[in-house]
Amino acid sequence: MSNLYPTIGLEIHAELLTKSKVFCTCSAEFGGEPNSRCCPVCSGMPGTLPVLNHTAVEYIIRAGYVTNCEISRFTKWDRKNYFYPDLPKAYQISQMPRPVCLNGYVDINVNGTEKRIRVNRIHLEEDAGKLVHDEATRSSLADYNRCGIPLIEMVTEPDFHSAEEVVAYVEKIKLLYKYAGICDCKMEQGSLRCDVNISLAPKDAKELGTRAELKNLNSTKAITRAIEYEIYRQSEIIESGGRVLQETRRFSDTTGETSALRSKEDAHDYRYFPDPDIPPIIFTEEELAAIKEALPEMPEQRKERYMSQYGMNATDADNIISDKDICDFYEAAIKAYDKPKTVANFILGEFMRRINLGEMSMDSLKFTPEDLARLIELGDTDKINKNNYKTIFVEMINSGEKPDAVCDRLDLWVKDDTSAVEAVIDKLIADNPKPAEQYRAGEQKVFGFFMGQANKALKGQATPNTIKAILEKKLKG
Amino acid sequence: MDTKNITVAGLRRMLDSKEISAKEAAGEFLADIKNKDDKVLSFITVTEERAMQDAQAAQKLIDAGEAKPLTGIPLAIKDNLCTDGIRTTCSSKMLGDFVPPYNATAVEKLMAQDYTLLGKVSMDEFAMGGSTQTSAFAKTKNPYNTDCVPGGSSGGSAAAVSAGFCTAALGSDTGGSIRQPSSFCGVTGLKPTYGRVSRYGLVAFASSLDQIGPIARTAEDCGIILNAIAGADPKDATSKNVPFTDFNEKLGTGVSGMKIAIPKEFYGDAVDEEVRNAVMNAAHEYEKMGAKLVDCSISTLRYAVQAYYLISSAEAASNLSRYDGIKYGLRGEGHSFDEMIRDSRNRGFGDEVKRRILLGNYALSSGYYDAYYRKALALKQKMIEEYNAVFEQADVILTPTAPTVAYKIGAQDNDPVKMYTADICTVTVNIAGLPAINTTCGYDKNGMPIGMSIVGKRFDEATIINTADAFEKTFSPVRCTL
Repeated sequence: MSNLYPTIGLEIHAELLTKSKVFCTCSAEFGGEPNSRCCPVCSGMPGTLPVLNHTAVEYIIRAGYVTNCEISRFTKWDRKNYFYPDLPKAYQISQMPRPVCLNGYVDINVNGTEKRIRVNRIHLEEDAGKLVHDEATRSSLADYNRCGIPLIEMVTEPDFHSAEEVVAYVEKIKLLYKYAGICDCKMEQGSLRCDVNISLAPKDAKELGTRAELKNLNSTKAITRAIEYEIYRQSEIIESGGRVLQETRRFSDTTGETSALRSKEDAHDYRYFPDPDIPPIIFTEEELAAIKEALPEMPEQRKERYMSQYGMNATDADNIISDKDICDFYEAAIKAYDKPKTVANFILGEFMRRINLGEMSMDSLKFTPEDLARLIELGDTDKINKNNYKTIFVEMINSGEKPDAVCDRLDLWVKDDTSAVEAVIDKLIADNPKPAEQYRAGEQKVFGFFMGQANKALKGQATPNTIKAILEKKLKG
Repeated sequence: MDTKNITVAGLRRMLDSKEISAKEAAGEFLADIKNKDDKVLSFITVTEERAMQDAQAAQKLIDAGEAKPLTGIPLAIKDNLCTDGIRTTCSSKMLGDFVPPYNATAVEKLMAQDYTLLGKVSMDEFAMGGSTQTSAFAKTKNPYNTDCVPGGSSGGSAAAVSAGFCTAALGSDTGGSIRQPSSFCGVTGLKPTYGRVSRYGLVAFASSLDQIGPIARTAEDCGIILNAIAGADPKDATSKNVPFTDFNEKLGTGVSGMKIAIPKEFYGDAVDEEVRNAVMNAAHEYEKMGAKLVDCSISTLRYAVQAYYLISSAEAASNLSRYDGIKYGLRGEGHSFDEMIRDSRNRGFGDEVKRRILLGNYALSSGYYDAYYRKALALKQKMIEEYNAVFEQADVILTPTAPTVAYKIGAQDNDPVKMYTADICTVTVNIAGLPAINTTCGYDKNGMPIGMSIVGKRFDEATIINTADAFEKTFSPVRCTL
């Protein structure tokens, strides 16, 4: 085993959730018919001018606050010049010397160990379009819908030394950005993208090795595989006496390998200069304070609240906050039914179990938080037998049918008809004289057998309390 | 109607008193264009049908007594201002068939007054040049002597006004492109303060310097047009919200007590003696009217041309990168993106445009940025400070507009540096973002017009319009004999 030690830095691009694009009024929504969401400004028509979307600026400042950055009081935009068919102006409006956010940090937890990762900077820029290559006609087509979608680029210091740390960081950033309401962080749709810079050197070396840049990794799995492959590739080269080249590499999901895209010598000279069309911004303390004040509740704050107000333990609170969609669902459910602990138990149990089994997904839920709240309330108030939760919940998952409607259809309502319960129990005892005898002889555990049988026979139409009371009376009878 | 002398204000009176109809007015200009523009070559596109429609719509408003200052006034538009549905070429093969689906804000504002569009006029390719000889479509000639250049880049606008093909025109000015052709063609041209007129829809040359303005026969007409096109625009973040009521509000108040600064650097040997004398005569005329002449210095003038060409070419190189043949305009051929883009740009751009792109990209290259572009920006700061100091002791500044009168076509073709140096008198105004107006102050021994420039404080167009107007009232212009 070699003593080579990987050092890794990250660049994370995140598309902001603004309604319109960063320099024009086109919709910034994902997808759409090709070129249906572009205008003379974002398609770079002659004479058109960019006008900055101030919501995008507010969002990047939020990104800065949630990653403990300093916010620059003075910020400006620059042009990054290069030719490519998906870049209609042939320059990208970006920020070079004066980014909005500087010098932050984010704490991650890897296998129980806390670690601090330093954030070098975050800047605001515009996304480019997309090229679609059509093999049949051997042509390339440009789709400008994505042109001008606001993008923030975060650059970390080279503080990572394993794929695990990198993945923990990416997951943490996804969580922070989602709670801050600035990005939906859908890696598969490209709204969050990672570039990884990685080099190897002996552990006690004073200088870092030559780095390779791995572009556009679109899942945490791809990040892990690409880093692991790259560690393997670079150590092979170094150990056989070779030299790692400084280059940009692409990762293939199919082969699990990285391959060279371009070398340092081919690197562009982007000829950055201040964009004369966009006046610099000077923030006042009041403006920054107002943005900080308006920050949505962040995961740590929610956890704190769940523990102090709802009496949740740390593990349960962590589990609920770790997925913002689930956490928001929970918040909405307890608005409809104010029993935080009961609702949390359902979410942490049956709800998450079904998600983990792949039987439902937060992206395509057919029922509402109010529906779930209603289901739990029905059980709590003895309108239904809690043993029927699962039956009803599965119907809600599959068809979105309201819990009341499911109970109507499957006749699951608790009926306060004691004579019917008594008849069923009488028959049970008559059919099972031996266990009844045992119970009377003091064998308490057979009581469970009778409870189960009675429940089954009554299909939940009586509450456990009713059944228990009648059973006890009759058995002792 | 005397098409060479009729002013916007004069035609307004004729239209409102029904002395002439909007259609008749448009018809007379169109007839002159048809009969005589083959000698001047000022128009790239004549919009005859559109002009008649505009005139008809305008007439209804005039008849209803709802005419605005420009209703039914026939104007020409420089071909770098986007006109919805009408070809906008920038005098470049690159945009030879480009029809924008939007209007420049300035054009939009003229339309809001129901003006009459006569057509699109020629210019140097992408506004780069001072002769209109780099146009790919119409190498405009000077109406006073068709062997001479009309100046540029708004040479089509100035020549069309001078020859009587329109009452006035819009031009654009990045380093003198309104004032210098106005000087060469014996007309009045106003470059407003940077930020006064929206640049939206003006095909960008150098974004931090470009400004749209009027070319007309009088300062008063420039004021009328500026009233229409000025104002902050949500589509242009560099436009400024500086309120105004009427840029002609000072007309008739004279220049008595006004302080006029004479910066000595503008009157050196680089400027022809005949030009210097004509401008100094005008200065003394102002003295007679009660103004006081103040000596002053703009020492940064010696670096002005260099700074101007660095800033403007750097911005131009970036602004013109979008012409790659992919989305619109001329498309070249090739087996890859790179080849196709290269071929498009090689065939679409003329030599002068290529020269500026090379210069600009060089100045922005890594390792050269600090030596060139950053220094140019530093000089800009210094220049602004110098002008501010002058304006603490004077109301306006008086300079020649160009070192010479209009020169012979071809005379400077092989010497770009000499051609660039000829911009010495105009570029500082753009770098400092100031307003300036050119008006004719005399004629040389061959009868070619000599222009002078009155430079004002930021957003004080009203004062320079009044100053130019005061001189015009004492001066009898000699129109071209075309």
